[in-house]
Amino acid sequence: MSNPEHAGSAALRALENPEEFIARHIGIDADDEARMLPAIGSATRAELIDGIVPAAIRRAQPMRLPAPASEAQALAELKAIAEQNRVFRSHIGQGYYGTLTPGVILRNILENPAWYTAYTPYQAEISQGRMEALLNFQTMVCDLTGMAIANASMLDEATAAAEAMTLAKRSVKSKSNVFLVSGDCHPQTIEVLQTRAEPLGIEIKVSTAAHTLPHLMADGNFFGVLAQYPGTTGHVHDLRPLAGHAHQCDAALVVAADLLALTLLAPPGEWDADIVCGTTQRLGMPLCNGGPHAAYLACRDAYKRSLPGRLVGVSLDAHGQPAYRLALQTREQHIRREKATSNICTAQVLPAVIASMYAVYHGPDGLRRIGQRVATLTAVLAAGLAELGLDVVNQTAFDTLTVKTGDHTQTVVDRALDAGVNLRRSQAQHLGVSLDETTTRAHVEQLWALFSPNGKPLPSFDVLAAHTTPRIPQELARSSAFLTHPVFNTHKSETAMLRYIRSLSDKDLALDRSMIPLGSCTMKLNATSEMIPITWPAFADIHPFAPADQLAGYAELDKQLRAWLCEATGYADISLQPNAGSQGEYAGLLAIRAFHAAQGEGHRNICLIPSSAHGTNPASAQMAGMQVVVTACDAQGNVDLDDLKRACEQHSAHLSTVMITYPSTHGVFETRVKELCELVHAHGGRVYVDGANMNALVGVAAPGEFGGDVSHLNLHKTFCIPHGGGGPGVGPVCVVADLVPYLPGHATSGSEPHVGAAAAQGRPKQGAAPSAGSEVHAVTSVGVKEEPCGSRRGSGRGRR
Amino acid sequence: MTIKYTKEHEWVRADGDAATVGITVHAQDALGDVVFVDLPEVGKSFTAGDVAGVVESVKAAADIYMPVTGQVTEVNEALRADPSLANSDPLEAGWFFKIKLSDAGELDALMDATSYEKFADQA
Repeated sequence: MSNPEHAGSAALRALENPEEFIARHIGIDADDEARMLPAIGSATRAELIDGIVPAAIRRAQPMRLPAPASEAQALAELKAIAEQNRVFRSHIGQGYYGTLTPGVILRNILENPAWYTAYTPYQAEISQGRMEALLNFQTMVCDLTGMAIANASMLDEATAAAEAMTLAKRSVKSKSNVFLVSGDCHPQTIEVLQTRAEPLGIEIKVSTAAHTLPHLMADGNFFGVLAQYPGTTGHVHDLRPLAGHAHQCDAALVVAADLLALTLLAPPGEWDADIVCGTTQRLGMPLCNGGPHAAYLACRDAYKRSLPGRLVGVSLDAHGQPAYRLALQTREQHIRREKATSNICTAQVLPAVIASMYAVYHGPDGLRRIGQRVATLTAVLAAGLAELGLDVVNQTAFDTLTVKTGDHTQTVVDRALDAGVNLRRSQAQHLGVSLDETTTRAHVEQLWALFSPNGKPLPSFDVLAAHTTPRIPQELARSSAFLTHPVFNTHKSETAMLRYIRSLSDKDLALDRSMIPLGSCTMKLNATSEMIPITWPAFADIHPFAPADQLAGYAELDKQLRAWLCEATGYADISLQPNAGSQGEYAGLLAIRAFHAAQGEGHRNICLIPSSAHGTNPASAQMAGMQVVVTACDAQGNVDLDDLKRACEQHSAHLSTVMITYPSTHGVFETRVKELCELVHAHGGRVYVDGANMNALVGVAAPGEFGGDVSHLNLHKTFCIPHGGGGPGVGPVCVVADLVPYLPGHATSGSEPHVGAAAAQGRPKQGAAPSAGSEVHAVTSVGVKEEPCGSRRGSGRGRR
Repeated sequence: MTIKYTKEHEWVRADGDAATVGITVHAQDALGDVVFVDLPEVGKSFTAGDVAGVVESVKAAADIYMPVTGQVTEVNEALRADPSLANSDPLEAGWFFKIKLSDAGELDALMDATSYEKFADQA
């Protein structure tokens, strides 16, 4: 007879239904399985897996993950983590600004599965709505920048600047290898440029200040020059003379421009800039500790065929009606794979759609009003600070002031922190302060109080406001119209906007209507509860360069998620910095490259890639300075091991890496994968296992155990992050122990310039923010908690 | 004047040490509507087999390989402006570029019209 108390407790456990989540999200049950297994000739699920997955690579131990939690419990646990973050009002700026997401966009796009679960718009006929929204994005970028053509989003401003640099290299006549950068660019952009330039043999020269840039240009030895508009310190530089100077040297002028500022400033396209890039974050996407946000890249018409990323074009359908489709993407990745020059594929569609809808909703007048308000409040703030006897360094400004605080710098910082306000501490004797759409009169008055030397009476806001105008130089004031297309001038009422959004989503297919059997990005778990945390203020309203002690929740999330993903993959450590699979792949190859260099084997630069690989593999290898050698596959798409062996022998002394996808892109668990890894190691090479198909491995086999040295994961494939119609993605990179020192680091921080800098010194940097997809990490976190072994249980269920 | 063909479906028509290069009827047929060509820089030298240009159609993009070693003397600006010439008149108005041959003897290694036709039929 069983212990009644024990039986009661078991019964209660069943009533608590801890496996509710699994039952709600895995469509087939035990009865379905019992019918399906005989049809494919297997007696049990275990037998099915045994027949498919080679015994040699099976996991030694089951994954050690937390016990399954109900949805409510998982959310409660995450809430407790979120509450460890401290939400301050951030005036740090540096590319990240407060913004007001209109409720109609928040609820009907960001929180709407019709938008966030859609797949990349490869299949045009089920993606017309999203593609119209992306075309609006492109139109908005072209209008605001004054450029001829723009793509449908980039990953962040810093990587967009890096793509602009290589776009310039491909497009200009200059044979120079030097890329000049103004010292008044965002520091995180400069760091990413340095990471990207080195493997490509590009030399980055940074000017000490914006006004010394022309001195660097004097010798004419450069293929491109990048300047920030307005500068990171707040100055609105007159960059117009740089264009002519660059063109005389057969070089290109790249401008990183703030789109909200361009509502008031003469756009770079009007003064002959060649490429313009930047972030669209402040157009409605919350700070989110640095991402996901959409960046943009626009260029002159002559460069369009070299423009990386995806681009929406207008075509005609079979009935002669206008229709949207992806355009100009044959050159890279898909056909001339080993010639591809950029690895970007997943971009930031959902954040780009939000930015475009922000422009549709506010229209040209609304955007100009928001820009003018920010610029006016900034001018009033500056006038008041001057009245208080403080030295505002920049005489011109849009939204940012650099204030000389001298010996009082620390006092002002501390006083601000006590009041729940973050300022930018960029130099020892100066503080930066940036305003945004959320800034009010009261905030300006509070800033005066924080900066004021003790006892000084504060200025009167109304008196100053009465005769203060924006600090935009007359000669740089914008006179041209923008957003003149009817779409930006029609949907002004909330109801009209609601209907426009609905009319577009009605043209799309997403998981709210049907399964989309197009690959691992779509056939996975997309639970509502996983998306709940992303709009919690404790996650959404955090500036990426806020002091570390405000980010304890994010740090805990990072630590927890890294531990779980290590458990799933069998690797020693993981960096969550890369914000797409392509970026993780690139980071992984850089780690291998740095490892070889540290062994005194920097000459190892051959990367073997089987012909069945995805097109991003050769593109990433090229970007990492490796030479791609394609090896053969048999008729079934399996790696031809004899050919690989021959290539390893031929390139033995120079072998850096072999990149494989496992299971293969044809969906096969190749039986000799372990042998392949041993072969590569015997020749001194490292094995890159592309994690694109990791969802077939979780719980069954771990790449870190069967011979992989590096993998990237696509959290938007295997670990629950909805695909957003083509991004955001997150591409953590995982490595074995001896490669851990070469994982991405990050030296930039706004409030505490030195914290973390030493640790990050000398490490490559992948994205603009320390953890660029931060916010969506919460999605994966909930997913793993709710179904820790969706993984284990789901292992036999193949792709989710 | 001799016309020779490559396995990559370029034709080269030589007259002394001057030669003109384009893509074959078979090549333009396989590519479909050509929408863009990337032509080499005048004055640049290439070794036989080097990539000297790109041709892009509505469905594919392909490299143009240098059939024989030489220096580019002229490119077809009319083709750059109207890439469809590669479809409508691939052997005449749709030429890609002219070169000065380094060694006319290299032409002997290429296929004549009969062998190319046979080759293209099998491909």
